[in-house]
Amino acid sequence: MFDFSIVTSWIHELLTSVMPAGLAVFIECVVIGVCLMLAYAVIAIIMIFMERKVCAAFQCRLGPVRVGPWGTLQLFADVFKMLIKEIITIRHADKFLYNLAPYIVVLSSILAFACIPVNKGMEILDFNVGVFFLMAASSIGIVGVLLAGWSSNNKYSLIGAMRSGAQMISYELSVGLSILTIVVLTDTMQFSEIVERQADGWFIFKGHVPAVIAFIIYLIAGNAEVNRGPFDLPEAESELTAGYHTEYSGMHFGLFYVAEFVNLFIVSAIAATIFLGGWMPLHIPGLDGFNQVMDYIPGFVWFFAKALFVVWLLMWIKWTFPRLRIDQILTLEWKYLVPIGLVNLLLMVMCVVFGWHF
Amino acid sequence: MEIKEPKIKSMRYNDFKDNEYLEAMLKELNANGTNVVVGCLDELINWGRSNSLWPFTFATSCCGIEFMAMCAARYDVARFGFEITRNSPRQADVILVSGTITNKMAPVLKRLYDQMADPKYVIAVGGCAVSGGPFKKSYHVVKGVDKVLPVDVYVPGCPPRPEAMLYGMMQLQRKVKVEKFLGGINHQVSKKEYARLMERDLNAERDELNVEQEKD
Amino acid sequence: MDLKAKILSLVPEAVYDEKGDGMWTIPAGKFHDFAVALHHDQALKFDFLRSLTGMDWGEEGLGVVYHLESTEHGHRLVVRTLTKDREAPSLPSVCDVWKAAEFNEREVYDYFGICFVNHPDMRRLYLRDDWVGYPLRKDYDDSEEINPLRMSNEVAKDDVESFDLQPDGSIIEHRKVLFDNDEYVINIGPQHPATHGVLRFRVSIEGEFIKKLDVHCGYIHRGIEKMCESLTYPQTLALTDRLDYLSAMQSRHALCMCIEKGLGVEVSDRVKYIRTIMDELQRIDSHILFFSCLCQDLGATSAFLYGFRDREKILDIFEETCGGRLILNYNTIGGVQADIHPNFVHRVKEFIPYMRRNIQEYHDVFTGNVIAQHRLKGVGVLSREDAISFGATGGTGRASGWACDVRKRIPYGVYDKVDFKEILYTEGDSFARYMVRMDEIMESLNIVEQLIDNIPAGDYQLKMKPVIRIPEGTYYAAVEASRGEFGVFIESHGDKTPYRLKFRSTGLPLVSCMDTICRGGKIADLIAIGGTLDYIIPDIDR
Repeated sequence: MFDFSIVTSWIHELLTSVMPAGLAVFIECVVIGVCLMLAYAVIAIIMIFMERKVCAAFQCRLGPVRVGPWGTLQLFADVFKMLIKEIITIRHADKFLYNLAPYIVVLSSILAFACIPVNKGMEILDFNVGVFFLMAASSIGIVGVLLAGWSSNNKYSLIGAMRSGAQMISYELSVGLSILTIVVLTDTMQFSEIVERQADGWFIFKGHVPAVIAFIIYLIAGNAEVNRGPFDLPEAESELTAGYHTEYSGMHFGLFYVAEFVNLFIVSAIAATIFLGGWMPLHIPGLDGFNQVMDYIPGFVWFFAKALFVVWLLMWIKWTFPRLRIDQILTLEWKYLVPIGLVNLLLMVMCVVFGWHF
Repeated sequence: MEIKEPKIKSMRYNDFKDNEYLEAMLKELNANGTNVVVGCLDELINWGRSNSLWPFTFATSCCGIEFMAMCAARYDVARFGFEITRNSPRQADVILVSGTITNKMAPVLKRLYDQMADPKYVIAVGGCAVSGGPFKKSYHVVKGVDKVLPVDVYVPGCPPRPEAMLYGMMQLQRKVKVEKFLGGINHQVSKKEYARLMERDLNAERDELNVEQEKD
Repeated sequence: MDLKAKILSLVPEAVYDEKGDGMWTIPAGKFHDFAVALHHDQALKFDFLRSLTGMDWGEEGLGVVYHLESTEHGHRLVVRTLTKDREAPSLPSVCDVWKAAEFNEREVYDYFGICFVNHPDMRRLYLRDDWVGYPLRKDYDDSEEINPLRMSNEVAKDDVESFDLQPDGSIIEHRKVLFDNDEYVINIGPQHPATHGVLRFRVSIEGEFIKKLDVHCGYIHRGIEKMCESLTYPQTLALTDRLDYLSAMQSRHALCMCIEKGLGVEVSDRVKYIRTIMDELQRIDSHILFFSCLCQDLGATSAFLYGFRDREKILDIFEETCGGRLILNYNTIGGVQADIHPNFVHRVKEFIPYMRRNIQEYHDVFTGNVIAQHRLKGVGVLSREDAISFGATGGTGRASGWACDVRKRIPYGVYDKVDFKEILYTEGDSFARYMVRMDEIMESLNIVEQLIDNIPAGDYQLKMKPVIRIPEGTYYAAVEASRGEFGVFIESHGDKTPYRLKFRSTGLPLVSCMDTICRGGKIADLIAIGGTLDYIIPDIDR
């Protein structure tokens, strides 16, 4: 299995041999920061392109095909256009908050993105309360959304932001409960450890019933968390024009747009990491030959395959179902998902205590 | 460097009508002369802009249904990259004025156009938007949307077939490709005019711009 | 029961004019009590106000023509009342008897300047508040100087005028408050993805709940009725396609029927069959588009595209015969434009089983979905009495339990020869309105199937005179358009242009009942209700 820590330790040794340790660490941080931003942008472009093609496939049409071979350069054209579009300043808006809001949303998105382990040894933020940090960081995005709606000085935006805030705060709870269920199964919150412990089988198989229920709850709640799919009422196009980002143009709007898709990827990547094994290949305990063959495929291929599979699943759901009303969204969460999540947690605790898992 | 004629994928230059208009624009562009770097950057940015014109969802009557049919599976405007129709004018690039514009709707349309972010374009779709169409004799119809907005492309028809609307979008793409972006189109309003507009807005805010009055 | 005798006993001064369809004239002073009697009297029970038309009779005065029908007994009546005063004309309002009168009387005020006493909200309906003059009066001056293109934004008023009749006979003007100072009023439209056109709502909300709704029409008011007064009869046909463009065949059919009724000609059987088949294909087309737009409004975008894919098949059939996809220009006075294409029968017979399969797909994707059901069931209930009082015909009326299908009430074409059910639901909520239209697609397929093999041979166009003049009188003809009863009212003074041509809109009653049924619902429900009422704005604004 290809271990990325070979590369990272080689770079570290190279740098510390020519400069003092502090400076080396500083340079490494800068390089990692730049790589993170690049990866963020690249993932965003892949996600948006995938969305347009997947959406077209479900709707019996082609999607972008003219710009570049098979339409692959379409997103680059969109990015160029977005960069040079005028950024309109609203006269009666709260200027500081209005300009700050998109950056807060992107910041929380980047922080969450940095937690995900892509390959063995290829993690950026990996400390022993990784899960806790992830949930805290992703909650910052809510502040950005509320600020955007409030500071736009527009009734539509305000309604959209309030709805979005209520929805995101509620579904944080369900996301937390389902992740907690797996943390109970494996007694660690560190992401790299979570993935390592799935070497003898993914948690969705090891945890059987409670893990499957937690997976389903996580998918629903994660979808709602990022305002996608049947839960996109805050930016419901056919109702409130464009919701909380109605008044944004140019690159500010571009940041919201990009953050939405990368958040979708992050939710899927976490689902893939926690439930489906992350970069860990499919191992069946007992079949050593099979496991050896699976190990030849590098970890990041596994990771991306799983994450993109979950993304595809969420896109399928979005393009099939109609939208829920805000009171139906909140009812679903508080009356159904939270009680089921709590009971499920209890079930998982009993499974762990009595040893009823694989 | 010489900027050449705009290319559209899988359509020949001579298949398009009204090449004289573009040739005049090209002559003017090349007469001013641009150095290589700015010229290449211009071409790249214009390539990006022309392939990513997001329409604004605006339809008043029958032509709107043909616009919806154009976005549907048979004609699929998504192939060009135009399927992202934005509902907020601030995020849209081109407004396809489909349908009749009446006297009551004209100020609303002007306001929506003003809210759009530069660079923005207008396509007048259908006979009613081009000149008033079958309703030319009416007392309440604006005889052509170019009385209210600056129009870039006219697509005649009642309603125009979706293929005709796609052709209109391609003509707009060609027009965008020969625009001088850097130092050109973004300065649509002169500084003096801008100052005058700001003065007018500040003074007339309460009455004309329909800002909610403060109730005491 | 002798209608004539009954009316003369109620109002001895009533005068009957026999030209055309026949019309009673009632003096204005007695009109309100007469209207109340017409509505409440058990033997009469005229509870459906089909059409309310303002008229300018020149020397005779300004007035209003009412077309009434009884849903219980089935008899119909045409009455009019007028006033000689042209400076400050006023007539009694009947909106306390028939709710449909609310918007229609505002329209008459807009066009003719007639103030209706005791109307709660006497504002213009279509034109801007600063419009000078009353367009449909015969002495209207439409020069550019009087009414230039005003580019200033209209400031929305929060209070309205109303003229109340005092017990001593005097009329005083009140100002009624529409929206209080501390109400949270949001503006939906006129440019909005889900209003199906350019319609503006001002909605006062409390949190997510709608307290009150005010509709502003007129953003696509093209003055078609006034234009028709200066066009010859064949020229007026061109404009009907553009009213409700998804009932293009049916609207034009109505106008042709009205003119043919006036001329007293009977079209050949072949023409009747072709017109009926085309009407039903148009109905299927419109209902598929209804399905697509409703799904898109509720968020299921894929269903929108599936609907459009199927609609293209019908458009192909239309295009082969008529030359157009949306604007068809097919019916003419005395027949149709061109005979059906040789492929027509074959293609329609291919289409019928294809559509039957795909309707099943729509039900799988959308109808059975628990989210869709929760969004639509119990939302926006319209009771049967309200539906009749507003005149909300079409799928909306039938979903509330009112059997208002014109094809069954007053059969035209060959509808009396085919066997089809009238789809009725009783709940009156959005889901019922949705299901009515889906079931109607199946019924339309049945009708087409029965007719397509039996089209008789014959002429597709009668020989008409080069200049068409209708004898003096008033004529009314109605068809069941995709959205309800579409009626055409022509008053002719023997010229080659109509003296007054009025289209009874299918959408105006639907929009006028929005306030009643949206109260207490949420903003998201407003979208679902608007989508299921299925109005087309150019039809409302004409």
